[in-house]
Amino acid sequence: MAAPLRTRVGVIVFPGTNCEHDVVEAFEALGARAELIWHGSASVEGLDAVVLPGGFAHGDYLRPGAIARFSPVMEAVRQYAAEGGPVVGICNGFQVLTEAHLLPGALQKNRGLTFLCQMTEVEVTSDRCALTAGVAVGRRLKVPINHFEGNYTADPGTLQTLEDEGRVVLRYVANPNGSAHDIAGVCNEGGNVVGLMPHPERASAELLGSSDGLVLLSALLAWAGAPLVPAGRSA
Amino acid sequence: MGRFEALVEVQLRPGISDPQGATIERALPALGFTGVSGVRAGKAFRLSVEALDDEQARHIVEDLSERLLANPVIEAASVSIIAAR
Repeated sequence: MAAPLRTRVGVIVFPGTNCEHDVVEAFEALGARAELIWHGSASVEGLDAVVLPGGFAHGDYLRPGAIARFSPVMEAVRQYAAEGGPVVGICNGFQVLTEAHLLPGALQKNRGLTFLCQMTEVEVTSDRCALTAGVAVGRRLKVPINHFEGNYTADPGTLQTLEDEGRVVLRYVANPNGSAHDIAGVCNEGGNVVGLMPHPERASAELLGSSDGLVLLSALLAWAGAPLVPAGRSA
Repeated sequence: MGRFEALVEVQLRPGISDPQGATIERALPALGFTGVSGVRAGKAFRLSVEALDDEQARHIVEDLSERLLANPVIEAASVSIIAAR
């Protein structure tokens, strides 16, 4: 019997990205095939999912994500997302996705101007996205954060739209950084583009203090292996 | 063609919270500066641009400010052409 096709996850590497190997390892542990994609690449063809990992793309110069947005690979990611491909930005990757206008809002410096590196608890508040599909709404997950600019900001109209459309997908149980509406993660209209500040790959084994991150990464693999418009979602 | 010196000031839009400005403001009384309020932190950029005239220089700098120097979601840029050379 032929082995089932393994889901292919592309992990984008910008100069200054530093979480790519952790992300690859976490996905490989789940049975997927993960590969690094240099930011100068103009294609993300053949991938079942794209992840923008954490770090300091282009040194976070100007603003986090402001320069990374213009990397050649981002045009390919934009196209991929427009066709419904799942794209997840973790931490710095979330910042890149907002700067690229693939997700609404912006990530400001933390309230109190403190760099935060700690375990947090987040609640799944919507299952309408590639990272939480199939996960029970209300489920709490222990996933660490590691950021200076994680304070989610958007104008009141945008926040209202996100709430009305169930696009706030993860919320902090105890808000660590001043994020509007305790937002830890949001998605686009289609649910295929998701950004979150916590690092699921750093909660991928009990030895790391939590394996709850695997819940999210597994959900992404399930979504990536399914048709682009999964059953139960109105097209 | 001439060269024009420009100053771009990037400020957070009104109503957008400013953790940097707030922290600076809270530090001032400790230094003896009382009665200071409304501190907003931003960024300033100086650049020199080749253009036909003042107006074109302003247009170029406004364009690059919107597309790169400021994040229009939370920031606004104001451009001054300060000298021609």
